[in-house]
Amino acid sequence: MIVDDIAAVRDREHAARAAQKARIAVCSAAGCLSTGGSAVKDALTAAVAEQGAGTDVRVLGTGCLGLCHAGPLVRVDAQDAAPAMFEHVTPALAVAIVSGVVGGALPAEQRCDLTQPFFTRQHRIVTSDAGVVDAERIEDYLAANGYAALEKVLTEMRPEEVVREISASGLRGRGGAGYPTGLKWSTVAKAQGPGKFVVCNADEGDPGAFMDRSVLEGDPHRVLEGMAIAAFAVGAEQGYIYVRGEYPLAITRLKTAIRQAERMQLLGHRILDTQFNFRIDIRIGAGAFVCGEETALISSIEGKRGTPRPRPPFPAEAGLWGRPTLINNVETYANIAPIILAGGSRFATLGTEHSKGTKVFALAGRIVNTGLVEVPMGIPLREIIYDIGGGIPDGRTFKAAQTGGPSGGCIPAAHLDLPVDYEALAGIGSIMGSGGLIVMDETSCMVDVARYFMEFCRDESCGKCIPCRAGTVQMHEILLKMTRGTADERDLGLLEQLAELVTRTSLCGLGQTAANPVMSTLHHFREEYMAHIRDKVCPAGVCPMHAEDRP
Amino acid sequence: MKMLDAAMKRHRHQPDSLIEILHTAQELFGYLDVQCLKYVGHALKVPPSRVYGVATFYNIFSLKPRGAHTCVVCLGTACYVKGTAAILAAIERDQHVEVGGTTPDGQVSLVTARCLGACGLAPALVLDNEIHGAMTPETALARIKAWTDHDRG
Ligand SMILES: Cc1cc2nc3c(=O)[nH]c(=O)nc-3n(C[C@H](O)[C@H](O)[C@H](O)COP(=O)(O)O)c2cc1C
Ligand code: FES
Repeated sequence: MIVDDIAAVRDREHAARAAQKARIAVCSAAGCLSTGGSAVKDALTAAVAEQGAGTDVRVLGTGCLGLCHAGPLVRVDAQDAAPAMFEHVTPALAVAIVSGVVGGALPAEQRCDLTQPFFTRQHRIVTSDAGVVDAERIEDYLAANGYAALEKVLTEMRPEEVVREISASGLRGRGGAGYPTGLKWSTVAKAQGPGKFVVCNADEGDPGAFMDRSVLEGDPHRVLEGMAIAAFAVGAEQGYIYVRGEYPLAITRLKTAIRQAERMQLLGHRILDTQFNFRIDIRIGAGAFVCGEETALISSIEGKRGTPRPRPPFPAEAGLWGRPTLINNVETYANIAPIILAGGSRFATLGTEHSKGTKVFALAGRIVNTGLVEVPMGIPLREIIYDIGGGIPDGRTFKAAQTGGPSGGCIPAAHLDLPVDYEALAGIGSIMGSGGLIVMDETSCMVDVARYFMEFCRDESCGKCIPCRAGTVQMHEILLKMTRGTADERDLGLLEQLAELVTRTSLCGLGQTAANPVMSTLHHFREEYMAHIRDKVCPAGVCPMHAEDRP
Repeated sequence: MKMLDAAMKRHRHQPDSLIEILHTAQELFGYLDVQCLKYVGHALKVPPSRVYGVATFYNIFSLKPRGAHTCVVCLGTACYVKGTAAILAAIERDQHVEVGGTTPDGQVSLVTARCLGACGLAPALVLDNEIHGAMTPETALARIKAWTDHDRG
C-alpha cells in the first residue's frame, strides 16, 4: 500500500530529525545562489563531513528565506536552542557555523536579528516551508505533512466537497484580478465532457515580482499538490505548468519534483491507489508578457503565437484545445493544501471582509529590506514599508509604492495607511496585482515612471487589436514629449482621451489596464506633470527635458 | 541535428510542441537560422509561416547568431528604479554596441530583459547565464572587460 509507504517515509524522516542535533538551512533560491549561496552550501556540507557530524547535522537547501539583499542567508535550527540566522555568509563563515553547531556556541558575527519586525510581523502560509523543507527532496515535503491534503481529499472527500471548502475559504486568485477561486473551480467542475485541463500560470510577467519564482524554486511540491487537488475537484486528468523561460532553476526543480511525485504514485496513474489519475507536464514560455493573460497562455501552450482572444467563452468553458480548463496562479495553488488541512472557514478568519488569507509580496526598489514577505490581507501599507521593509534607505523620503506592475498604479504617501486588500487598492486606482511592490523615493519621476510602463506595454502589445497596438504607441509618444519638455496642455488632454479609449476598447487585459499607471500618476501626481508641461522642469531631475537628449 | 530529431521524437512530432522544439534548437545551436526553422516546420508538419510567426513573436528566440558572451541587462521596474538605464547606456557607449546587437568582433551580445526575478538584488545583470546583483556602471563594465581582455588577448 502506497499510503503506508508514505507514512513510513514520514516516520523515518521524523525519527531522523529527532536524532539530529541541528539542521542548517541555506537559502537556495536564485537570489542567494547568485551571491554565492552554492559555494556556501558546499562549504557547509564539506565541513559537516570533515567534522564527522554527518548524522547529527543536516545541511539543506531551502526556499527563499526572505531577506534577499542580505544573502546568502543561512538558518540554524538546533535541537535545544532558538533558531539563528546569518547574513552575507561566506564559505569561511560557513565552516565556523558548523564548528559552532558541533561545539555548542555559534559565531556571534553576521547575525540576522530574528526578532526584527521583518520576521515577526509576517504570517506564513504559502511560504511556511522555507527553512524547513529541502526544495529537492520529496521526503522533506512529506515530513512537513506534504501531500496529506491530497490524501485527505482522495480518501475522505467528494469533488463537490472540495469545491465547497475552497469557496468557504474565500480564497481569491493571486494572479492579479482576484477572481474567487471556488467559483472558478465550480464552473469548471460543472462543465460537461471529458478531457478537462488544469493549468498553472507560472508566467510571472510583472517586472519587479518574484513571489511565484520563490515558491516554485523553494516548494515545488506544494504547487503540484494544489494542482492535483484542483484536478480531482474539477475532474481533470492532465495538467500543465506554464513557466517563463527566464526561470531555469524553477524549471529544473519542478521537473525533479514531478519525477519524484510520479515515483511515489502521488502523480500519474492511480494516485495513492485510488481511481484518480493526473499527469503534469511543463511548458516553457519564451519571453512574452502577454502570455500571462489566460487566453494567450492557452494559445502558447498549443504551440502558437501567444495572442489573446475575446472572452467569453471563458477558459473554464472552452480553454485548451476547446476543452474546459481551470487556470490559476502559482500562489493560488500553493494556498490549496493548507486550506484543505485547516478547513476553509479557519482560513477565512484571516484577512478582511472580501480578501482572505495572506498575500506574498516582493519588496523591491528603494527600500531597506528587499526581499520576500508574506503578510495577512488588510495590513496597512505603512507597516509593510516601514516596519517590515525597514523604510527608505540613504535618508531619503518615500514618494510612491507601485503595485500591480504595468497594469497597476502608484500609491502616494497620503494613502500609506490604506489596508492592503483587493478593494482598497482598486479604490485608489491601483490593483493588488500579483504581489510586486516597488518603492520609489524622490529620485524617481512619476512622469518618467508612467512613460516607462507605457513603453513596456507598447513593446509587449501583441498587435492583434488596434486600440492597444496603436494607442500604446501614441500614449508613449506623448509621455516622451513630456519628459523632453516639448509637450503642451493639449497633449495632456489627448493623453487623457487616449487613456480612456484604450481602456475601454482593447481586446484583453493588457490593453484594458495599460493606461492605469498613467491615470494613477495623473491623479496623484498631477503637479509633477504640470511642472513638465508648463514650467519645462522635472522636479526629480530624471527627465532630460531637452528634445535632443535620449530619455 | 540528431539531438533535435530526438527531441522531436520525444514529443511524437506533435505540432503543438513547436515552442518546446524551438527552445531545444536554440539551446543546441545558439540561435535559430532559416534552415533550422524550415527543418523543424517540415518535421512537425507546421507551415513555415507559422514557424516564423512563432519564432519572431517570442523574445527569447534569436534569429541572429549571438556573440561569444551575452550580457543581459534587466530593465524591470525594480532595476529601473535603481538605475539600470545608466548601466545600459554605459555598456552601449563603452562597447560600441546597441541593444539586440553584438560587438563588431563578435565577442559581446547585449540584450535586455523584463525582470529576472532577482529584484531583491537590483540592479541586476545576467552575464553568461549567471545573475549578478547590485551592479553599478563601473562594476558592470569591469566584468565585461574581464571577458574581453581575456578573449581579445
Ligand atoms: C496582460 C496580462 C498578464 C498577466 N500575467 C499574469 C501572470 O504573469 N501570472 C498570473 O498568474 N496571471 C497573470 N494574468 C492573469 C491571468 O490572465 C489569470 O487571470 C490568472 O492566471 C488566473 O489565476 P488566478 O485566478 O489564480 O489569479 C495576466 C493577465 C493579463 C491581462
Ligand atoms: S526588476 Fe530586475 S530582476 Fe526584477
